[in-house]
This record gives sequence, structure tokens and C-alpha cells, in this order.
Amino acid sequence: MKTWKDLPLGGIIKDVGNTKDYITGTWRTERPVFLEDNCTQCFMCCMVCPDSAVIIKDEKVIGFNYNHCKGCGICAVECISKPKAIEMEKEEQF
Amino acid sequence: MGKRVVMTGNETVAEAVRQINPDVIAAYPITPSTAVVEYISQYIADGLIDTEFVTAESEHSALSACIGAAVGGGRVVNATSGQGLALMWEMLYIASAMRLPIILAVINRALSGPINIHGDHSDTMGARDCGWIQLYSEDCQEVYDNILQAVRISEHIDVRIPVIVALDGFITSHAIETLETEGDEDVRRFIGDYIPLNSILDIKNIVTYGAIDFQDYYFEHKRHQLEGLHKSAEVIKSVGKEFGKTFGREYGFFEGYRLDDAEYAIVVMNSAGGTVKTVIDDLRDKGRKVGLLKLRIFRPFPAIGIAEALKTKKVVAVLDRTSSAGAQGGPLFNEIRSALYNEPTRPKAVNYIYGLGGKDLTAEHIRGVYEALERIDKSRKIDRLVDYLNLRE
Repeated sequence: MKTWKDLPLGGIIKDVGNTKDYITGTWRTERPVFLEDNCTQCFMCCMVCPDSAVIIKDEKVIGFNYNHCKGCGICAVECISKPKAIEMEKEEQF
Repeated sequence: MGKRVVMTGNETVAEAVRQINPDVIAAYPITPSTAVVEYISQYIADGLIDTEFVTAESEHSALSACIGAAVGGGRVVNATSGQGLALMWEMLYIASAMRLPIILAVINRALSGPINIHGDHSDTMGARDCGWIQLYSEDCQEVYDNILQAVRISEHIDVRIPVIVALDGFITSHAIETLETEGDEDVRRFIGDYIPLNSILDIKNIVTYGAIDFQDYYFEHKRHQLEGLHKSAEVIKSVGKEFGKTFGREYGFFEGYRLDDAEYAIVVMNSAGGTVKTVIDDLRDKGRKVGLLKLRIFRPFPAIGIAEALKTKKVVAVLDRTSSAGAQGGPLFNEIRSALYNEPTRPKAVNYIYGLGGKDLTAEHIRGVYEALERIDKSRKIDRLVDYLNLRE
């Protein structure tokens, strides 16, 4: 961690986009668990996630970025698959 | 070469702004500062300056627009009063935390309620902890000189802090006085070209302003911000000296008027300084050892210099043109008394609240204060630590 003397003027950020290095996943009390077999690949979870924490690879949802997912659970509520492809589970289980 | 001119305080502000020719001014006019932006909009319409004039829907928006222009690398000026400054409050802190050199002329006006448009210092005193430098001006000459110096102070690389230049509503803003203004080229040479720093419009060096800070960096950033304010003291001093060399009127943190050998001193800011000087000349003719410390810089507060100037006095009266509800007197009083506290010898100090909502402060009131100071010295007793001048009781 930098001391106050090492900071840039006005608290500006020079390496823009460094939010990805700022880990907020530790705030989570519940985490979304991805059940791939139930997923219809509708991308609803991706659209509603406020933290861009849904990982998409080769045009398919493959899981969640737990470094930035804060566990809000919107994805699990909005998931249209039946049965649901996202379930919220208590963080202490992991 | 300078020339003698006749102007109101508001016109003086506008004249200085015309010579600065800033990139942006964002206006939401409010009494008694209205004429400032009226003059400036006329200058723009007449093609005298090429400043971008942004009309905003509130003072909050006006300062927000100034902040936006400043992060975009512009030289920015604005003017407001009383309620307008109060509405800017949230953005004042953001401008200083982002270290943006903005110049804000505040034509001092009482805060509502009751509603009032006349001059007192409750507006700028309310903004005293928002991280801006505050310069106070006794008359039109000081208004003009302070605004030009504010540009240099604010934009200095060690400072990069916004500056409020304060003058008394109506008393200074609407009264016509003679002053000396300097030539356009001389002023431009003195203030220099603006060198933007970390502009968000510099797409080769992209930066983010205003990102969130939590327990990890907020405290460190606030400390870093303070450093600019601390370092501004030296810059204020050197710019004041250079101004003196260039234009013949030198400035420091405060003006001592017949203060060196005075036993009884009054401390004031802004236009009341002139009234006190008149009384001092009169009392000095009668052999009384009275003096004035007229403070020019309230933030950063020049505590050491003030303690040095006042520690040998017998009794000091600090006159506050604001009421700091529930405090032990006004903010100027608290700062002055605190500056003296660790001195081995120090004067007794009392506080007078005066001039709220534009109430007159006459020579008679000042004479009464000096008489009270002599009484306190003789009796070694302070009956009222905080008293009121020209209040019907």
C-alpha cells in the first residue's frame, strides 16, 4: 500500500480501468453457483449483473468471477431456466 | 503602466476577469454578485474576451460546470454570494479534493434565515473547512490585486488548490472607489499562460478523476490534499512579494496598521479594516497606543505570523462578522486565540460579533471597543468573552 506522499495529485487514477485489480468479492455472504446442465445460454444473468462478473467464453456462460461478484443474487432471481441454472449458497460453505 | 480608474467592487472583479480572459465561466447570478457576471457577459458579447460563458440552472450546477471545465484543462473563474455559495457546498469539497485551480469571487452575503441580501461573512466562514484558500479584501484595490494573485497561487504546481477571493457585499461590491489597474499585457505577463495538468481531454494520457476511495486510501488522499494547502503559504508569500515588485503593491498574510508598538489591537477582515484605521489615526493623535491586524489570508491560517505580531499586546479584540452558533465566539476569534495559546506571554482576547446582515459598524463602535480593551487591561477582568456591536439590547 502507498503512503500519502506517493499519491498522485487530486487522487487521479493514471492506470485507468484498474477496478479489475480491486477485489470486492470478499464482501459476499452468498455466492451464485452455476449449474451448467440447466443453462439455456439466454445471457439474462450477464445482462442483469451489476458487476460484470458473469464469465463468458466462446459465446457461452461458463461461471462467475468470484473476485468481483458481491453476491447480490439478481442473476439467480432473473435466471429463466427451469430448473434454475444459478443457485445462491452460503459463502461459509466454500 | 497602471492607471487610476473608478469602479464598483463588482466591476473590479469583472475587470480583473477580463484581463485574465479565462477559458470558462459558469454563471448563476445572485445578489450582490450579479453585476460581476453581467459585466463579463457584456465583455464576451462585445468580443473583448473569448471566454466560454455557461449559464447554469443553480449554483451547484455552476460549480459543477467549473469543475468539469477545470478537469478538462481550462482556466476557470466564477462568482457568487451567500445562498449561492451555500448551494455550492458539496462541490466546493470536490473541487479542492481534485486539486483544481478555480478562482471564485465571493461577494460576502448573510445566510438565510431570516432572508437577507446584505454583507456579512457567514457564507465564506461556513465554507472555511472545505479545502479552499481564502483571501479577504478591504477595498476595490485589494479585490483587484487579490484576484490577479489568486490565479498565480492557485495554479502553482505545489498548490493546485481553488481560491476564494472575498469582498463585502454592497459595502465593497456596490460602492464606487478609485483604484489602480494595470495594463492588459502586464497582467497577462504576471499571471502567465495556464498549463493544464492531467486534463481528461488529453487522450494520450488518460486519467480518471473522482474515483471511489474507502478505508484503504481516503485518509491518505485527504492528507495529500492538505499538503497543497500547507505549501500554499510560501507561494502566497512569494507571489505577494513578486506582485509588489511588479506593480508596487506588496502583500503578505495580513496587514499590520500602527500595530508594532500598539498595546491594544483589533483584528478584522475585509471592509471594516478601513473604519478601524480611521479610528486608530484619531486615537493615536490623542496618544493612545492602538493598532490593527487586518487579516488577508484566512485559509491556510497563518497562525505563527499572527502569534508573533500579537503576543506582546496587552488586550486584543477579534471582530467576527458571523455568528458561529454554539461555539465559543466566532471562527476568527477561535483561530486567533488558539494561535496565541502556546505563547509564553500572550494578550487577553475578547470577541465581538458585528455587522450581521449588513448592520453598520461605525467609528463610534470601534472607539467603544478600544475603550473596553483599556478597561479590561486595567481591571484584569473580562466581563463578556463574546459581545455584540451595534445590537439593540
